[in-house]
Amino acid sequence: MGIEGIGARVARKEDKRFITGAGRYVDDMVVPGMKHAAFVRSPHAHADIKKIDVKKAEAMPGVIGVLTGRQIKADGIGNLICGWMIHSKDGSPMKMGAWSPLAVDRVRYVGDAVVVVVADTKGQARDAAEAVEITYKERKSVADAVEALGKGAPQLHPEAEGNLIFDWGIGDEAATDAALKSAAHVTRLNIVNNRLVPNAMEPRAALGHYDKAEDHYTCWTTSQNPHVARLVMSAFYNVAPENKLRVIAPDVGGGFGSKIYIYPEEIVCLWASKRTGVPVKWVADRTESFLTDAHGRDHHTTVEMGFDKNNKIVGLKVDTIANLGAYMSLFSSATPTYLYATLLSGQYNIPAIYGNVRTVYTNTAPVDAYRGAGRPEATFVLERTMEIAARELGVSPAELRRTNFITSFPHQTPVIMCYDAGDYGASLDAAMKQADYAGFAKRKAAAAKKGKLRGIGMSCYIEACGIAPSAAVGSLGAGVGLWESAEVRVNAVGTIEVLTGSHSHGQGHETTFAQLVNSRFGVPLDSVSIVHGDTDKVQMGMGTYGSRSGAVGMSAIVKALDKVEAKAKKIAAHLLEADEGDIVIENGQLKVAGTDKNVPWFQMALAAYTAHNLPQGMEPGLKETAFYDPSNFTFPAGCYICEVEIDPETGKTDIVQFVAADDFGNIINPMIVEGQVHGGIAQGVGQALLEGAVYDASGQLLTASYMDYTMPRADDLPSFQISTSNTPCPGNPLGIKGCGEAGAIGSPPAVINAITDALGHENLTMPATPGKVWAALRAGAKH
Amino acid sequence: MSEVSLVVNGRKVSGAVEDRTLLVHFLRENLGLTGTHVGCDTSQCGACVVHVDGKAMKSCTMLAVQASGSTITTIEGLANGADLHPVQAAFKEHHGLQCGFCTPGMIMTATDMIRRHPEGLDEIAVRAELEGNICRCTGYHNIVKAILAASKTMSKASKSKAKKAA
Repeated sequence: MGIEGIGARVARKEDKRFITGAGRYVDDMVVPGMKHAAFVRSPHAHADIKKIDVKKAEAMPGVIGVLTGRQIKADGIGNLICGWMIHSKDGSPMKMGAWSPLAVDRVRYVGDAVVVVVADTKGQARDAAEAVEITYKERKSVADAVEALGKGAPQLHPEAEGNLIFDWGIGDEAATDAALKSAAHVTRLNIVNNRLVPNAMEPRAALGHYDKAEDHYTCWTTSQNPHVARLVMSAFYNVAPENKLRVIAPDVGGGFGSKIYIYPEEIVCLWASKRTGVPVKWVADRTESFLTDAHGRDHHTTVEMGFDKNNKIVGLKVDTIANLGAYMSLFSSATPTYLYATLLSGQYNIPAIYGNVRTVYTNTAPVDAYRGAGRPEATFVLERTMEIAARELGVSPAELRRTNFITSFPHQTPVIMCYDAGDYGASLDAAMKQADYAGFAKRKAAAAKKGKLRGIGMSCYIEACGIAPSAAVGSLGAGVGLWESAEVRVNAVGTIEVLTGSHSHGQGHETTFAQLVNSRFGVPLDSVSIVHGDTDKVQMGMGTYGSRSGAVGMSAIVKALDKVEAKAKKIAAHLLEADEGDIVIENGQLKVAGTDKNVPWFQMALAAYTAHNLPQGMEPGLKETAFYDPSNFTFPAGCYICEVEIDPETGKTDIVQFVAADDFGNIINPMIVEGQVHGGIAQGVGQALLEGAVYDASGQLLTASYMDYTMPRADDLPSFQISTSNTPCPGNPLGIKGCGEAGAIGSPPAVINAITDALGHENLTMPATPGKVWAALRAGAKH
Repeated sequence: MSEVSLVVNGRKVSGAVEDRTLLVHFLRENLGLTGTHVGCDTSQCGACVVHVDGKAMKSCTMLAVQASGSTITTIEGLANGADLHPVQAAFKEHHGLQCGFCTPGMIMTATDMIRRHPEGLDEIAVRAELEGNICRCTGYHNIVKAILAASKTMSKASKSKAKKAA
């Protein structure tokens, strides 16, 4: 490890612009002649649009255009789609209802976009939006997924009878039933995984610019994957062919999944720019974000886990109803299926598993992947069940887990995944040691003396990251391949640009990717630039989500660096009149091994570009491209322990310690990895204690601002105690597993297991607010 | 429309604004100082914190006309030329930021917090004082660390300054 290379705790290159106010986010972009858009959105959860009258709005000051769904349809813009096909158990394809970027005849959730107003200023656009008169005929609505499946529930889409999108299964149901029947003990549980709003701090935004002279569009957008946005807007929404559409995702203020998808607003801004002849910018306010960003989680699950007389798991059966909201978002079908049920084996040897998932339309915002995406839901199911089973069986939660850990690799689970490497016992030991698990009883007694209730809970999670082998996901229904691309350009003076299809929106790629280059060629970090987020600069790439930028994005860079190295060595060998196989790269020089003959890196680069003296037949220049398609998912895993103290008078839960022991494989920059874990835990603790999106009976979102939706704040959280162990991933050249989502996946069950330990019963749902905990304390055990 | 005139980052500025213009919009749109961010519409998130006459204020909670006559410092005016302010330097050193969107508000809040607590800060105090600033990326762990470190650096610097003066 050099001082700037792989493994070094290097401060981030990108920080300077952010700490001095020089970051460039979409809302900071100004294009000459730019105007502003405001959307008129449905105030109803479910209604027919009877009439739209835009006359008053058109006459308002500064108004340039007032555009409707009929116009966008007439111009041939397509419906939004879900890009992952899931088939039901009966073989029928998922039932996808139409989602027009601007609603035409019917609105299906509060916030559904109906009309867009373009005006000189943001204020004028909003004033005019209020003057648009829309006559609705309200329909009965349903916000709850279980109710939506019930008899007599209002129907959202004609394509989906009974609001059922698909009824999907994975695993062997007969074998699982037989295993449960023969079990010595079965733990049964109903679980609600609460609905969350991702809440990246930068609201979504789009700036569409149509250049009439060139017949070319540019879209600045808050995207985690600008190339995917361009592909989808070209291929499915008919905005423009790819060569006439440039998508730029500049600095993006957090994503957490919510900025993967292509939403109506960026399509409308591009289309409206052509229609009105001016560049059109839209920036969501926070309430719009709450109403229209894709939400996360929202599962209702029943689980049965059977054990033999030695406390070994014999079978697991899970039945889940997942709310997908009013329309199918881009990857909404994959989240509660292949990102969820394929992880139901957890860290455990389970011979028989069956998972059934029904997805449902409701009159709520679309639901899609949010940090962890399916894996937090699977982990919550398993780790609540394991903790409760331990309590029922009268064994320690740690021992029950240890009894069932997978210990040899590779391990094929009954639900598709083949785990490649791990040491789950090591994470469990590390976490228990760090948490002083053995000393808990003493601490509990001390807390009791102060009138406080102490509880401790653990969670052993596994996730599948580095999504994913293209052929594998293709066979499972994905509409895209999930490889990544990289291009490495060595300039004539030896400085290096790396162009990557990954996108950084907080992850620090400009630093970690440069650390990789530094490790390989000894070029200082300052001489390496990472270019991303612009489809005109970077070749096709797949973007950042599912903790894939290290495992997949950096592997693509490794492949490109390999090619650069091979050519650089050839040039050096030629210049030094040595054998190519004898050239080594050390300290910024290409040397003949075992001699003092060398050529500095920059001189070799210059030689590549002057091309005065290159090996016979070699092309000038030094620039290489690579596409990397992984051979497997990666499997980060770990153990989290949470200790809480509850004030029985108020029901307030304080987290007195939170320990995380993760195995992420090899690590590029420990400082950045720790930051990812901290942030993930904060979101997981938020889910467990504070956050929940609540719709009322009429489909109004009651939690549509920071006054109503409880975001974790600094004084809600402790400092975290975190550590890592390492079983390198055998599947990629850097041995990386990914660390972006672990915190959000592993933490919710640890928190709830701790609170229920303190309560002495399991009758508690997330978020465990003081009110709920207080009531649960008084209600006692009521199963 | 109203005329406003104020000093921003040491420079006299003036302009005509709609009466309803918030200070944050005046800074961003009229002056092009886009380091100050808008993260919510209920004065909860603190991404828009600036210093008005030396005190941390949410610039989305104030009309531009209310700020007329004031002296404002935004994130762009915090560093002393090429030298980062100690709070900025501490955020970088301790990885107190990820996506960077809440960062300007966090830094402006932290700077004011340290000024108001010359006696020094501890973790509990910093966490309580951050009540008005939301971060979704960092879990606050490294923000708290950065503020505590900056507080120490600044108190050392002011002590050595006082010593020199004596």
